[in-house]
Amino acid sequence: MATKRVGDQKLVRRLLIGAVAIIALFLIAAPLLAILSYALAGGAGRYFESLLTEDTLHAVKLSVITALIAVPINTLFGIAAAWAIAKFDFPGRRFLTAIIELPYSISPIVAGVAYLFVFGAQGLFGPWLQANDIKIMFALPGIVLASLFVTAPFVARELIPLLEAQGREREEAGISLGASGFQTFWRISLPGMRWALLYGIILCNARVFGEFGAVSIVSGNVRGETNTLPLHVELLYQDHNSVGAFAAASVLMLIAVFTLVAKFLLERRGVRRHAEGT
Amino acid sequence: MPQRRILPGLPLSLGVTLVYVTLIIALPVAAVLLKAMSLSLGEFWNIVTSPRALSTYRITILCALAATLFNAIFGFAFAWVLVRYDFPGKRLLDTLVDVPFALPTAVAGVTLTALFAKNGWFGAPLASIGIEVAYTPLGIIIAMIFTSLPFIVRTVQPVLEELDPEFEDAASCLGAGDLDTMRRVILPLLMPALLAGISFAFVRCLGEFGAIIFIAGNQPLSTEITSLLAFIRVEEFDYPGAAAIATVMLLASLTILILTSLAQSWYGRHLTRS
Repeated sequence: MATKRVGDQKLVRRLLIGAVAIIALFLIAAPLLAILSYALAGGAGRYFESLLTEDTLHAVKLSVITALIAVPINTLFGIAAAWAIAKFDFPGRRFLTAIIELPYSISPIVAGVAYLFVFGAQGLFGPWLQANDIKIMFALPGIVLASLFVTAPFVARELIPLLEAQGREREEAGISLGASGFQTFWRISLPGMRWALLYGIILCNARVFGEFGAVSIVSGNVRGETNTLPLHVELLYQDHNSVGAFAAASVLMLIAVFTLVAKFLLERRGVRRHAEGT
Repeated sequence: MPQRRILPGLPLSLGVTLVYVTLIIALPVAAVLLKAMSLSLGEFWNIVTSPRALSTYRITILCALAATLFNAIFGFAFAWVLVRYDFPGKRLLDTLVDVPFALPTAVAGVTLTALFAKNGWFGAPLASIGIEVAYTPLGIIIAMIFTSLPFIVRTVQPVLEELDPEFEDAASCLGAGDLDTMRRVILPLLMPALLAGISFAFVRCLGEFGAIIFIAGNQPLSTEITSLLAFIRVEEFDYPGAAAIATVMLLASLTILILTSLAQSWYGRHLTRS
């Protein structure tokens, strides 16, 4: 006889599935449809016209450049951090992990303000930066730095539990058999973590493209200059250019859909499924 | 016996990690606190307890509590449905959970606002029965519910999957009804995960900016959230003001993080003892 489990009754089952499906439909599916519907409200012609304006294209370009810099840096950091934390014992490992995860719990606005107090004119390095004519705030470097902060945990967080679970024996065997440290990493460690690594990179990339609060403080929000794609959506929306705002938003939605598909495929390959920070 | 370290790369990987964490995470956080400490205690106190600031804490905390309560129930039900039942469209529903996480907050913000505005898909029918969502606290709550939903679902889901059916079987053999089993057996086992999810969702609601500011109305003393006030202080070049408000937000996050980890370790000990 099958074991009896809570909530197996037909009525409970139907009620719960129904309630969850309806709320999910209204709360999550409807916004996705709404983005497309509002973007195409003036027909396909106007959609592409708004998408191909100079400012929107510039915002796309700035977001792509930011991601091309920030994602590889945080990938390398994530690998280094995971290697140190998962493969070795040293005092303060747990504390270090907690610090790496801190950006998950800090408001993006606080992150933006924090960078302002490091690199802004009133900040720690402000006078020195000004004296040497280096511009970080309200320019690309500031946007990249803020993005690095908010996405610092993404790759590390993916790799640490995996590397811990895999243990050290395989790498130790490689070293004992005479492989160099680099060979061991490249031939043994990397193949074992590639899917989780890719998963972390994809989530990190999605967040870099989507970051709004932190970037809106450090970018200065100059149209056609320091506007990333999410900031550009805000700007067009406040201009009452609904078609333009939702056309730009549809590009971000496309990245989100790509992220979800990639996430789904990687989870089928056995990568631990979870949301950011959980 | 102390084991000799065989694996190479500790100095390099730990060195890179420490330098990066110091520069990218610790230094900026310290800079906020330093800036706030340049104020006298009296000045700091006046800024963070001004009527406008107090009103932002009130609205942010109340809305975050409401959204987290909703998500604790709905997120739990969502995870339950995904783990316990098989039905057509389950895969799709499972994928939908991650949409709020993958969709940029600003996009969520403008879209929810358009949907719930008086002429929107949901706003129009709601307005006809006298419910206004956009530009009211209800709008803030909905934006918070949207952004924090995945955290509770995804923390509860794996633990629910691991739950041994024997527990429920035993409870039912001993004559417990479903509700009793739920309350006395299942919930206590899920509690650490649920607690972690709830606390994380709450922290995220407190700090959320992009999804909320479009739908919130942003009226000082009524629908202005704390992260927006910090943002406004920056725009006004009132940096001490921004530093003080950001410090309050930072300390709130840290306090909740520490309390959660204390609660979890207490609960862990409590569970193993009993």
